[in-house]
Parts: sequence; C-alpha cells; structure tokens
Amino acid sequence: MRIAVASGKGGTGKTTVATSLALVLADAGSVEFLDCDVEEPNAHLFLKPAIERREPIQIPVPRVDEAECTRCGRCAEVCQFKAIAVLKDTVLTFPELCHGCTGCWMLCPERAISPTGREIGAVESGWAGCVGFHHGWLRVGEAMSPPLIRAVKRQARQADFTVLDAPPGTSCPVVESVKDADVVVLVTEPTPFGLHDLELAADMVAALGLPAAVVINRAGIGDGRVNDFCRSRGLPLLLEIPFDRRIAEAYSRGEPLVAALPECHATFQALAEDLQRIAAR
Amino acid sequence: MRIAITTSGKDLDAPVDPRFGRAKSFVIYDTDSGQWSVLENAQNLNAAQGAGIQAATTVVNAGAQAVLTGNCGPKAFRTLAAGKVKVYTGVSGTVREAIEQLKAGQLEAAGAANVESHSGTGL
Repeated sequence: MRIAVASGKGGTGKTTVATSLALVLADAGSVEFLDCDVEEPNAHLFLKPAIERREPIQIPVPRVDEAECTRCGRCAEVCQFKAIAVLKDTVLTFPELCHGCTGCWMLCPERAISPTGREIGAVESGWAGCVGFHHGWLRVGEAMSPPLIRAVKRQARQADFTVLDAPPGTSCPVVESVKDADVVVLVTEPTPFGLHDLELAADMVAALGLPAAVVINRAGIGDGRVNDFCRSRGLPLLLEIPFDRRIAEAYSRGEPLVAALPECHATFQALAEDLQRIAAR
Repeated sequence: MRIAITTSGKDLDAPVDPRFGRAKSFVIYDTDSGQWSVLENAQNLNAAQGAGIQAATTVVNAGAQAVLTGNCGPKAFRTLAAGKVKVYTGVSGTVREAIEQLKAGQLEAAGAANVESHSGTGL
C-alpha cells in the first residue's frame, strides 16, 4: 500500500506524520520511505538513515550538430520553454530552461539534434533501522524537481507499505509525488491559512481521483473551520495532534513523534489502520 | 545598418521601452535610408519564460545589427551576441532621440547584460 503525506501549506507537520507512520507500519510489515521534497529534504533528520549509495540524476537536453542543421526552426517552434533559439547563422540552446520532453530531437527533420545529459541532482538510499529510506537532493538553482522526484520513486523496493513525504503546495512536484498513491493524508493546521491551502490540496487530490483523509496538527491554536470543511467535503478527519510543547521540543531535537512520546504510538497505529481501510474501499 | 529600438508606442516619437524581452514593439530603423518599420512583440509580453530569447531571435532574424533599449537580461544578451548584434542599454527618451544619440556616437555598446533574468516581469 502506498500512503502519500501532503499538505497545501508548508510547515504543517507532513514529515512529523510521515516519519511516525513509517515507524509504526514497520511493526506490521516491510516499509519503504520516500522523501519526495527534493528541494528541502528533512525526513533524514528524524529517521537518521545510514546512506549506502548515492546516484547522480541527469535529464536529457538537446545537443545540436550545426553542420547538419538547416535552421528550419522546427525545434524552436515545438519547444514550449524557449530552450532553443534558431538564429540565421547559428542555433543556441539553454539547457537550464529545458524540461527534457524529447520533442526537439524527435521532430528534427535533419536528425541534427541528439540528447545529452545534464545533472539536476542526486538520489541517496539506505536504511533507517528496518525502514528502507530514499531521498533526493535537487542541485541549488534548479527550477524543475519532478524528474528528480521520479528518480526517488524509482529507488523504492517492493514493500508492504510505501510512505511518501510530499513537498508542500499543490503544483507539479506534489502531483508527481502523490499521483499513484492508494491514499493521501492531508496535514493541515486549524488556521485561516491552513484552511485556505487545505481547500486547494483537497481539490488537487479530488482532481487526481485519489482517496484522501485529513490530519490536523497543532489542534487548539485556531478555530473549528477546518473541521467544518472536512465535514462538508466528506473528508475523514482521522487525527488531531495537540499543540503541545513536548512535541515541539522533540521535533527540535530531531526525534520522531512516536519515539519521543510513546503514548502516540497507539494513536499512529490507529491512523495507519484507518488509512488502510480507506485505501481498500 | 539596421537597428532595433524597443518602444512602448509605434513610431519615432514614441518613448523607448526600458524592457527588451517584454517590450511592446521594436522599431526597425535603417540608418542608411532612414526607412523604418514596426515589429510587434505582443506574443512575448505575457510569456511565462524565454521572452528575452524569443525577442532576441526576432531582432536577429530581422537583420538588425544593433539594439537600443533600457535593460537587457543575460539570456537575451547571449542570444543577441550569438547573432552578432551590438546591445546599447540605458537608453531613454524617444525612439528618434535614441537614434540621433547613436548616430552622434554618444552611446557605448554594452559588454554584458545589465539586469538579472526576469527583470522585465511585473513592471
């Protein structure tokens, strides 16, 4: 079963929920943990994996053979990102703008364009106890994370449970992370900002046709409008994590919630069972 | 020599547009004959990215050998340089005044971009 943990708003507690879920699921079967927030991965701070291998990841970008090129301009015409400029006497490429779609070399009538690699980051894999751990590091300055997120997901071994910690937001990197999940956990906080972004996130998972459930973190700091929203949208509200200084202290020390507060273990076990029921529907 | 001047209008008395990639139009002016025409740049005005590259391609392929504008970013500059187009940044006033300044030798070609990428967005 694949569980994706996402949120609209950043800093709501995705990693707190994802890491604790992975740890309780490890009692029930094999677990693979994928930190898909390749722009700022942080799950390793809590699961403290021993990294065993690192693999650079490249995306294909065009290389133009100017001797074969007739300056017909077909490549620049199909490129939606202006990564190729065809001038009267020469052709320029801008690899940092290329999304690696392959269109230019597939459609070049002269076969003057071939793919070459450009490194966008690296994936690392290892073990956090018995949990298989994988995350990615996007090179600083890179604008596109989905190809690296796909590479992180390719590392995962077959397991009883796969937990994906998604990046915040509702755009391409999040869609890439959650799209093949069996269930998506949306972590939010009971504030106007949390509610606003939860609405966006709920619309995103609905558009993808994925079953979803909600966890409220820092319960008690706001009002009941997130609860009202969940009721009105038929989103199961599975857990409210209280606003508790001990939780913040454990977080600041890099301790997973279920390890720091053993009484939370049963709570997260119940959450994991609820999620399995929702995914099986 | 043909020169391209960025403008927010459509004739020689219109102001120079300070943006290159997202300029409203280009006046293409022939310094030998004094003849000129206007090239629209509307498709780039709201482009998500690559406006400078596309505008520079347009200017190069229109046969211009010099660009007079306010600001020019790094990708546009690289494209113009590849097309052997000289770039004069920091130009203001009307299109006509800019042309006169160039003819009088009062402008100095830029050796590099004078603004960062995406500087023309949100203006």
